[in-house]
Amino acid sequence: MSPTVVEITHLKKSFGSNNVLEDVSLSLVKGENLVILGKSGSGKSVLIKCLIGLLTADDGQINLFEKNIGELDETNLNVMRKRIGFLFQSAALYDSMTVRENLMFPLRELTDSSKQEKDNLVNEALTNVGLLEAIDKMPSELSGGMKKRIGLARALIMKPEILLYDEPTTGLDPITAKEISYLILAIQKKYEAAAIIITHDVECAKITANRIMIIKDGLVKAQGTYQELFQSQDDWVKSFFH
Amino acid sequence: MVAVVNSFLEELANLYLFVIRFFKEVFTPRYELSELAKQCFTIGYKSFPLVAITGFIMGLVLTIQSRPTMAEFGATSWLPAMVAVSIIREIGPVITALIFAGKVGSGIGAELASMKVTEQIDAMEVSGTNPYKYIVVTRVVAATLMLPLLVILGDAVGLYGAYVGVNIKGEVSWTLFWYNVFQKVVFSDVFPALVKTFFFGFSIAIISCYKGYSANSGTEGVGASANSSVVFGSLSIFVIDMLAVQITDLFFTP
Ligand SMILES: Nc1ncnc2c1ncn2[C@@H]1O[C@H](COP(=O)(O)OP(=O)(O)O)[C@@H](O)[C@H]1O
Ligand SMILES: [Mg+2]
Repeated sequence: MSPTVVEITHLKKSFGSNNVLEDVSLSLVKGENLVILGKSGSGKSVLIKCLIGLLTADDGQINLFEKNIGELDETNLNVMRKRIGFLFQSAALYDSMTVRENLMFPLRELTDSSKQEKDNLVNEALTNVGLLEAIDKMPSELSGGMKKRIGLARALIMKPEILLYDEPTTGLDPITAKEISYLILAIQKKYEAAAIIITHDVECAKITANRIMIIKDGLVKAQGTYQELFQSQDDWVKSFFH
Repeated sequence: MVAVVNSFLEELANLYLFVIRFFKEVFTPRYELSELAKQCFTIGYKSFPLVAITGFIMGLVLTIQSRPTMAEFGATSWLPAMVAVSIIREIGPVITALIFAGKVGSGIGAELASMKVTEQIDAMEVSGTNPYKYIVVTRVVAATLMLPLLVILGDAVGLYGAYVGVNIKGEVSWTLFWYNVFQKVVFSDVFPALVKTFFFGFSIAIISCYKGYSANSGTEGVGASANSSVVFGSLSIFVIDMLAVQITDLFFTP
């Protein structure tokens, strides 16, 4: 049995009167790809932002590597964050920096690595996503798919044990979307990391998921493997897959 | 009406908390020195041409406009001194600060807002860098240090403009011009005027950072932040100026 790396219990989060997450529980073991499906605005991004401490939950508990993140101070939270890679919905590349500087940014913390070691990490991460030639470009010179890949390279650079993907294929053409989905699968194999993939793209879910969870109205509505959910009799679940 | 006042007060309270946070973060490590240097360069050096052009025109125009009045009193020989005092005491700092609010304030407001809405600030936080220190503290410190320098340079160019202006209709030599100026300009003209520019720089930058940092999502949020950075930054200059005049009056008037 692989160790549990993420354990969320009864998570609740609202903004004013907008109850985004009512009661969400989930767990994730090492090496597993969990896809969270949900309509736009259903609180998927809020969920993983709570997970990494960008938002504070109102209620419930989040354990990462068996530590309750609600009890960590800033220093320890940052230590934890180094073990996690985050691919943002908009890729979130730093506009004012080249691709190289973007990838170097998370390495600022590695004060005892040499310049050579850091360069090697950057080259390796870019090779993994197949974009080594873009190293000296600015983000504004990249296409949407390339930005996502660079964002992915930046998320991978610290060799994280957990990867969080926020809508990795949204806004991309079907072919590029498929490439990104297969890249996610390849990364799972190569790094043996656990991943939470948030999406409303069923094709992406089909390719990447070991397990799928559907959220609606702040609750977990259904979960299972792709096959199980695909054959579901529930009309609402069906509406996702057909 | 009540809602407007309420939201204004709420905004003010949030700005206050933002300023408090600045003073907490500025004195604790980690110090982002290389980013600070970079910001000093972008904020200071790159604003200089604009400040120089406006400074020159300001000195020139002020001199040309003042000549008729001075001539009426037969006091044209006082022209250099009078213009110098106006520039150093008031017009140099305020005009330079307004230009600064227009260029640097709007730039900071728009840049931070777009970093916010495209999740770049979140990305920084996730990678273990404190974005407030890296983005806000560096810009505010850079602006606080650079604006006074720009004002000194702007004043100097403005005085040169005045020299050119004096010589359009009269004839005052370079040495005589400066002799006239330094005879009349005293410590109590220069010092308070310089001190207030630190506050101008701080206030422009902190307001712009606040506006950018709290931007609403969506691209119109970026425009709105840039816009209100300039409006409130400029407004704050006049408020600070008014306070500065009162305080200066208290200490330096015999
Ligand atoms: N920082 C925030 N402040 C207020 N409301 C927010 C914030 N972030 C998200 N929301 C609200 O939470 C809801 C879910 O948003 P989100 O998680 O981004 O949806 P999605 O499932 O499309 O990722 C939306 O109604 C959104 O308006
Ligand atoms: Mg989202």
